[in-house]
Amino acid sequence: MSDNNLLVADKVRVQFGGLIAVNDVDFTIPRESIVALIGPNGAGKTTFFNVLTGLYEPTTGAVLFDNKPITGLAPHTIAAGGMARTFQNIRLFGAMTASENVMVAMHPHLRSGIASTVLRLPKQRREERDARAVASELLEFVGIRGTDEEFAKNLPYGDQRRLEVARALALRPKLLLLDEPTAGMNPQESAAFTAFVHRVRDERGITVLLIEHDMKVVMGTAERITVLEYGAKIAEGTPAEIRANPKVIEAYLGKAATEGAA
Amino acid sequence: MSQPSVSAMAAVTPKRSPAKWALIALAIAVVVVLPHLGVTQDSSGVLPIFTVVLCAVYALFSLGLNIVVGFAGLLDLGYVAFFLFGAYGAAWFMSDFFYTRNIHILDSARHVIPGIHLSFWFVVIIAGVIAAIAGVIIGAPTLRLKSDYLALVTLGFGEILPEVFRNGDDIFGANVTNGTKGIGPVDRIGMGFLAKIPGLPKTVGPSDYTAKYYVIVVFCGLFVWISIKLRDGRLGRAWMAIREDELAASLMGVPLMRTKLWSYAVGALAGGVGGAFYATIIGTVSVDGFQFSFSIIVLCAVILGGMGNVWGAILGGVAITWVNYTGLIWIGGRYNDASKPLLVAYALLIVAVAALLMFGKTLFRKGRPARSTLIGFGVFATIVIALFTVRLVRHKFVIDLVKFQFGLFGLVLVLMMLFRPEGFIPAARSKQVKKADALVAKGLEA
Repeated sequence: MSDNNLLVADKVRVQFGGLIAVNDVDFTIPRESIVALIGPNGAGKTTFFNVLTGLYEPTTGAVLFDNKPITGLAPHTIAAGGMARTFQNIRLFGAMTASENVMVAMHPHLRSGIASTVLRLPKQRREERDARAVASELLEFVGIRGTDEEFAKNLPYGDQRRLEVARALALRPKLLLLDEPTAGMNPQESAAFTAFVHRVRDERGITVLLIEHDMKVVMGTAERITVLEYGAKIAEGTPAEIRANPKVIEAYLGKAATEGAA
Repeated sequence: MSQPSVSAMAAVTPKRSPAKWALIALAIAVVVVLPHLGVTQDSSGVLPIFTVVLCAVYALFSLGLNIVVGFAGLLDLGYVAFFLFGAYGAAWFMSDFFYTRNIHILDSARHVIPGIHLSFWFVVIIAGVIAAIAGVIIGAPTLRLKSDYLALVTLGFGEILPEVFRNGDDIFGANVTNGTKGIGPVDRIGMGFLAKIPGLPKTVGPSDYTAKYYVIVVFCGLFVWISIKLRDGRLGRAWMAIREDELAASLMGVPLMRTKLWSYAVGALAGGVGGAFYATIIGTVSVDGFQFSFSIIVLCAVILGGMGNVWGAILGGVAITWVNYTGLIWIGGRYNDASKPLLVAYALLIVAVAALLMFGKTLFRKGRPARSTLIGFGVFATIVIALFTVRLVRHKFVIDLVKFQFGLFGLVLVLMMLFRPEGFIPAARSKQVKKADALVAKGLEA
């Protein structure tokens, strides 16, 4: 069965002193699916992201990515292996252009070394030119065409969010982790984003895991939903199952969500 | 991949305006002609040739540190370590220090002299590589630290290494550095086949400053090229990404340690080359020349010039070195030796220039000068007038500006941070970002 799963988290536990941020969470992401991780603030969602991307090492438990164990690997190794992410609070390289931001994430895929760069070998120049073209395409794909030479810091907020996605896609990920991607977006933008997530999966075959608070976005994108509360998994299933789950309603959704959906 | 879009194509071929080309040509012309124009061969005057050569050496150091501090954003307070390794590299392989050996390879020394004597051109490479390796060895443990901690540990290394070299005449019985006596004399630079060009000397000795100047300028040019090409390539992007946001960089697949170590190695390479060259100027390499203040001076040069800007680094290195070796003495001399009418003229000139700089904007455009500017000008003018009045009244009153060297540097740095934090020549990107910040601020006010 594990072959059908891109990512398998096995009893992952993260403990900071007495605080258990993630409590023995079992979690799987099927290939080419869109999965959402929801839960109240402080439920351990971002901590869980940080475990997957290698920023934290789990206290106990293991993570398998593409059938290979990744616990204990350095973040850049995991990233190069095909896991890309965006950040809850945007973390772009402010004083670099949009194009450069995207090209940074191509680092693991570019081959030019220090010597060929200094000597301006034709191979290096071609590689740079191609990388720039790919960056341009990615910017177009996320909907901010022509911003190549704009400094990331100078882009409007919404475009910065898109640029983060473009940068993540430049890693050629198998799995894309989106941490509250629609935070600060208006309903129209959120709706457009929902469609965009489907495009990422359908056109590029990239598996998506997102943390999201906007229930419209979650219900509109995710095929499976996992709910965390106080670091523990309290429910898992299809959107319909989650909506009907009394535990989830009590912990997170509240009565209004069920009434609104009904 | 499909067709690249229009903007991507535009970015591939950078446009250079005719004005920019003219500026580059002018700069090259000045650099080439400089040692024949207005330069004095002794230490008098505004531009002694010795100072000019040192300016070029410090420009090279400044270029090297700019890669570490300006590009990768790693605050290194121990750059003197790389300078030290470069200079000792030259001393080891271009002198009679290892007198039990007698190795001569394409060198300029007489073959009866024992020791290891290699051609200067090999030694420059060897010294650069030694410094780069030292950079990696020092960097491997320290670069795991962040910002302030890194600064402290590099500062420590910069202090420890000179002490190791000072006591290096007995490392488990072996004399490695000749202790406080130092190693020397360092061989002359052999020009090899270049000597066939008419006008060029066969060898360049310690005091052949004009020839030395051209040699070091070539190295500076080489390093400008290396800096710019690396900055615009894969490695330079990774450096800048680390400078901007280390965590995000690592999550985008940039290996932090390896990338940082490369910046140390390349920066150290420049330090090593400069150090080897410096050794041929001073003749005897002794540990007394390698103080903590060196690291600070080069760092000042990078900050004043504009962190991350290659041309700024050169300008900063040149300006600081000139002030250090000649400027202070020269300016002090103008003050101490001037006749009474000349003193009055100087005082008026300084106050007038300051007024123009501070009120120039409001003079030609509408608006009033800010109160802080008025107060600042008042304080400055009062100090200047007081200093010159004292000198007019009491003939015995003289100022030795050299004594105030570091105080003045400190003052200049504080003023720079207040009025022009991005340096003389800011990096293109910080200029752009700053412009946008100003626009945003204006928008908020409106």
